[in-house]
Amino acid sequence: MADQALDGAASRPLLSLRNVNMTFGGVKALKNVSFEVLPGEVHCLAGENGSGKSTLIKVITGVYKPEAGAVIDYDGQSYSHMSPVTAQASGIQVIWQDLALFPEMTVAENIAFQTVIGRWPRLVNYAEMRRVAINALQRLGVTFDVDLALHHFPIAQRQIVAIARALVGEAKLVFMDEPTASLTQSETDYLLDIVRNLSASGVAVVFVSHRLAEVLEISSRVTVLRDGALVGVYPTKGLTQSRITELMTGKTFDYSVLHRDLSRSPVMLEVKGLSRPGEFDDVSLTVRRGETLGITGLLGAGRTELALTLFGMRKPKSGSVVLDGKPVRFGSNRDAIAAGVAYLSEDRLSLGLIQPQAIADNMVIASLDKILSGGFISSERKRSLVNRWIRDLGVRIGKQDDAISTLSGGNQQRVAIAKWLATDPKLLILDAPTVGVDVGARAGIFDIVSKLADSGLAIILISDEVPEVYFNADRVLHMAQGRIVGEFTPGATTLQAIEEAVYA
Amino acid sequence: MRRFVRSHATELALLAVIAVICVFLSFATDRFFTLGNAFDLLNTSSVNIIFAVGLLVVLIAGGIDISFAVAASVVQYLAATVLGWIGGGNWIVGLIIAGALGVALGCINAFLIHRFRIISIVATISTFNIFFGLLMFFTGGVSIYNLPDWLTTRVVLFEREMADGTWAEITLPVLIMAICVFATWTLITRTTTGRQLYAFGDNPEGARRFGINIGAMQFIAFGWLGLMAGIAGLVQAHYAQEVVPNALYGRELDVLAAVVLGGARLGGGKGSVLGCILGVLLVSITQNGLNLMGVSPFAFKMIVGAIILAAITLSNTSIERLLPFLKSRRVPS
Repeated sequence: MADQALDGAASRPLLSLRNVNMTFGGVKALKNVSFEVLPGEVHCLAGENGSGKSTLIKVITGVYKPEAGAVIDYDGQSYSHMSPVTAQASGIQVIWQDLALFPEMTVAENIAFQTVIGRWPRLVNYAEMRRVAINALQRLGVTFDVDLALHHFPIAQRQIVAIARALVGEAKLVFMDEPTASLTQSETDYLLDIVRNLSASGVAVVFVSHRLAEVLEISSRVTVLRDGALVGVYPTKGLTQSRITELMTGKTFDYSVLHRDLSRSPVMLEVKGLSRPGEFDDVSLTVRRGETLGITGLLGAGRTELALTLFGMRKPKSGSVVLDGKPVRFGSNRDAIAAGVAYLSEDRLSLGLIQPQAIADNMVIASLDKILSGGFISSERKRSLVNRWIRDLGVRIGKQDDAISTLSGGNQQRVAIAKWLATDPKLLILDAPTVGVDVGARAGIFDIVSKLADSGLAIILISDEVPEVYFNADRVLHMAQGRIVGEFTPGATTLQAIEEAVYA
Repeated sequence: MRRFVRSHATELALLAVIAVICVFLSFATDRFFTLGNAFDLLNTSSVNIIFAVGLLVVLIAGGIDISFAVAASVVQYLAATVLGWIGGGNWIVGLIIAGALGVALGCINAFLIHRFRIISIVATISTFNIFFGLLMFFTGGVSIYNLPDWLTTRVVLFEREMADGTWAEITLPVLIMAICVFATWTLITRTTTGRQLYAFGDNPEGARRFGINIGAMQFIAFGWLGLMAGIAGLVQAHYAQEVVPNALYGRELDVLAAVVLGGARLGGGKGSVLGCILGVLLVSITQNGLNLMGVSPFAFKMIVGAIILAAITLSNTSIERLLPFLKSRRVPS
């Protein structure tokens, strides 16, 4: 009897949406979508950028009002639309990708900020705030110094603060938007444990992530959206990464390792014994013309520091660098660019592109001297240069003068690559080129990388996702604690072997 | 203790700079290190401190205001006129009138910023010109000397005769300043409204998602600065015993520099009342000291500018970066 009652409760959804339609400026963002979450389950919402995931979350949390006819059943109540206040009051919490925390405030205040919101002003009860915060952190099984300002903490811990804040709101349903995007593997594992704890304590979690391995690991069901429409709801058991990718993109991808014979290709870059104390130590490597060298390893292994040194932004303490047969010592990255080194920054949003500026301006920023005419920028030359790259790299844009922020992640990354290709590099360093880029668009970017290599460019591809370097590089170096600790040839090693070495 | 140092780095750096200057001035002049001079400093700094705590609230909420000093001039003029009509009044009535006029002018700024989404520096540069232009146009630049008696009478709250026969006095402006300081401190650290102001300045989008009323935040911040500016205007008229339309012109930049010096961040979310007061005091102690040392007033601005620059550099830079040899000795690599 008791079991049956339990079953009945578990199968009644906590949240159930039907007939949700949303239109923005003539574009249908959601087409007749339905969505269901059971109490205490970890449910994954999968789809490419622009598939409607964020829009759907915003409908559920009351930021957007869906078109008439929508039905939102939540926790025994029926709504035609939500409002942010009702959503929060009834236990729907969102942990946004940008966290929406207050860096200058203490951890306690960030977690218990809810307690200072209210209709009328009143005195703040700091003791109560601390108690609430410590309590919430305890439920997650962590202890922090709650009196320290949040900006002293690394991003992974801020993530946990954001989760603790959601708990304070008596959450029944928590949305997590790309919670692991900037976490290392061990931090991710830790976060997934916390998600499991949450789920075990009866809180339902809707998990949005580009990292499909996590999706498979953590969730019990997956809802897939494509172009604003529901593709289907699938139990995670029996799904594979490639199956989810197919469902999300509607395309099939075949993964195969590269087999290029480069033994007779001349060496483009030769690095010997390069060291910078505290960052990397005794790094030696070669890259040939037409070769893609993958470098993988955990966050903090010194990969980006090495790349910045090769790009002239940091000075090595010892060691030598030979580029195209000539020994080089860069005084700054301007020297490096002039010598033919290009570096695609790992942080596209804040470092790689100037977001509010036009696509065309972003594309020519590193090669302004090529479009000069009589000392001034020639708009004609600029236009033809930009058109060429847009065509060659297949960037999908509206107008050249649109702000770069109007493009999707994949298209932004193409513009960033074009920006560097316009400088005529010999060596292209790509640092985490697919962060925040859709699965479908990733394939497009690696197509470009492969073509560039075939045209004779030497490429260093840095990524903490082992499959990415495995399938897209000719050789893979494993970096750990500032040293090169292993070298693999994808054709001769299995993916698992490299993954085990890296995550061990 | 380490946490205290970490979270109050600016205040401690300022205190250190002020201590160094005070020690120097105590030896350089015989008048600086006396009770009388200390009280004088408080009496003369009161108006600026009232302005400063008002401006602090706007900076915390992520805004900036250029217009508050000329707004205070407008309030002085209007308040003097209104007090003339109602025939006299007293301090309470005067403060209420001045405060209300100040709030009204502050709300004009908030309205422009919130309703028309004009960034605060542009909005308040405009109102700065409008307020000052209107004031000069309608007054023709004529000062008011005929103020009510209660407003021009010095009110001594505490006095003590010194060994040399001079009197050390604390006057009414110091009390009003103390009340304004306490009220602002309570508002921003003890009330939910104050914490919302901090949150709004720190991360406006995050605050919006929390359901904080953004418009209310703008009106509270600029209204509070207006209130403080109105009060400071009346106190300044009392102190100067006259209302001169351009007396406060240019004061906004002195106050802004002092508040930023005190650790408030242009951009919001950061700043403390203590830092703010120390910032004002550093500037006025320097001026006071230069005065006592007989330095030409023409050199004041230059030296004050240099001191502000030095103090800002010190509070923004960790000791290790300033003195690299300390670091290499402490952490052998």
